Amino acid sequence: MSILVNKDTKLVVQGITGRDGSFHTLKMKAYGTNVVSGVSPGKGGQNLEGIPIFNTVEEAVNLTHANTSVIFVPAPLAADAIMEAAEAGIKLVICISEGVPTLDMVKVTSYLNKKGVKLIGANCPGLITPDEAMIGILPVNIFKKGNVGLMSRSGTLTYLMVSLLTSNGLGQSTCVGIGGDPVAGLYYQELLQMFEDDPETEAIVLIGEIGGDAEERAAEYIKNHITKPVVAFIAGQTAPQGKRMGHAGAIITSGSGTAEEKIAAFEAVGVPVARLPVDLPVILKKLMKLD
Amino acid sequence: MKIHEYQARQLFRQYAIPVPDDVLCYTAGEVEKAARDFNRMVVVKAQVLVGGRGKAGGVKLAKTVDEAVIAANKILGMDIKGFKVEKVLVADAVEINKEFYVGLTIDRNTKSVLFMASTEGGVEIEEVAKENPAAILKIPIDTDLGMTDFQARKIAFKLFSDINLVKQAVEIFKKLYKLFIENDASLVEINPLVITDKNRVMAIDGKMTFDDNALFRQIDIEALNEPDEDEKKEIAAKDKGLTYIRLDGNIGCMVNGAGLAMATMDVIKYFGGNPANFLDIGGSSSPQKVVDAMNLLMSDKHVKVIMINIFGGITRCDDVARGLVTALDQMKVTIPIVIRLSGTNAEEGLRIISDYNLPTVNSLSEAAQEAIRLCNLVN
Repeated sequence: MSILVNKDTKLVVQGITGRDGSFHTLKMKAYGTNVVSGVSPGKGGQNLEGIPIFNTVEEAVNLTHANTSVIFVPAPLAADAIMEAAEAGIKLVICISEGVPTLDMVKVTSYLNKKGVKLIGANCPGLITPDEAMIGILPVNIFKKGNVGLMSRSGTLTYLMVSLLTSNGLGQSTCVGIGGDPVAGLYYQELLQMFEDDPETEAIVLIGEIGGDAEERAAEYIKNHITKPVVAFIAGQTAPQGKRMGHAGAIITSGSGTAEEKIAAFEAVGVPVARLPVDLPVILKKLMKLD
Repeated sequence: MKIHEYQARQLFRQYAIPVPDDVLCYTAGEVEKAARDFNRMVVVKAQVLVGGRGKAGGVKLAKTVDEAVIAANKILGMDIKGFKVEKVLVADAVEINKEFYVGLTIDRNTKSVLFMASTEGGVEIEEVAKENPAAILKIPIDTDLGMTDFQARKIAFKLFSDINLVKQAVEIFKKLYKLFIENDASLVEINPLVITDKNRVMAIDGKMTFDDNALFRQIDIEALNEPDEDEKKEIAAKDKGLTYIRLDGNIGCMVNGAGLAMATMDVIKYFGGNPANFLDIGGSSSPQKVVDAMNLLMSDKHVKVIMINIFGGITRCDDVARGLVTALDQMKVTIPIVIRLSGTNAEEGLRIISDYNLPTVNSLSEAAQEAIRLCNLVN
């Protein structure tokens, strides 16, 4: 078990002929992800090292039975690509594209809700179930199969955290990069519940950052619904107010969305927060009684 | 992207939302002329991109031309929370009977557009939200349908009892929603929205923020951008694929990824140091990006030590190392550099810089402590 992706994932890559799309498609395939097809309007009939390319997602679904899509198209076209996937019957969409307008995401959310489709991202590094499937741009060599479920708003910070987990002997069930945008797909609460329900996951790592109040809501959710141990880390403890720290969603506005508030919210419900990245595996091991 | 009040008022007019007349002035002389032309009570308002202008003395009523000039002389050149006042708005000071707040924003949790209104206008809405959250009415708007008449009426009846005022407010709310959607705003506020002594509903002040990710399709909005000195540097960096924010410390940071860049700043602070900046060199970093980043860091005179923290994913550590070596050959770098490289092609990266006698460390904590130690040596 694991969450969201596994050996049964059949992946279609939207934007497969672009520079990033083609590069990462081959990386995903090399890792063992079942990449069944790609989509690039006007390039139907071609192939990428044997992966068939179609003009529309509908054809890709009908002919290759894709059930999951990953999107590498330029940000202005991303919302349309997500909706095309949902319309074609894809059940899980992962959008890597960075810089999608927020109002596009609001419209997409409303559309996906009607279709019952799950979205991860946009502006995310993707997700991985080690030894089964990697979807996105994650550097696969740092991951190791195991029992820790991880979710994060950040990319490279996740890599740092995962490599610390792995080097401390803590493998992962599934790691999900939820993205750094203010309006994104699956978020902490949904993923916490999935990890809670996943028999293979024994503990959960949540990596948040400044901006919004999703971490505070996650803390509330953990208090009421999660029985497995959770450890958190919050980036941006020293970020100034009113400055967007790279991610569109990472901004402290009028004193709310600070790391301090988020850390306090977690600690109030008994979720320890690592102050330094290197502390996180130590805390986690204690909670999992591995020491 | 934020815009000034005078620009927000122009947008209101463009959408036929009633606003009192005003004139933008850069000198006391211009203010004198404007006040003379109005020939009645005016309000002189500092135009800076920061809240709390009134409290800081940046907004003054003037009954006469002389008072307007005195106010202008006081306000022009004033420093409001680090922002220098370079222009003021001279506006018709309409008689106000009552003040309200209305605004539209994006709610991250419900992932929808949220319409907000309050009878507590004219004060900072964040304070109302903290002290009396029940005083703010909130209605989510379905973007497929837009703001419906009944939703606008529902809010309007909560604010006003007179049907004449309700009708005016409904029109304003619907126009405000249109403005929000058509311009890819992330926040649009009328604060205060007022009833005048002539029973007109008018916007007296406006605050607007727009989605940076949507500026590619909002050329007219982008043209309103008036960046300050720090922001100009940030925009120049952005054109080179770098996200840069100046801070007040002395350890210059170069990191790949926003989350890791924030965590790097945090770790430096944790060990007692002070980061000079947030600098994310982004994903696929070519050697040139690293050269540009080095130039940027060296242009900040406060930087005493440079700390490079790279976790290679898409970013290749050998690319970073090549860029760094090129930068060191091109420019005279006299300050110490601490480097931490791991991930994709880290070994090759470390080999490339091995001839340059630069200290490399294994962990982020070590890198921060070493940077702080070197910084203290310089001081």
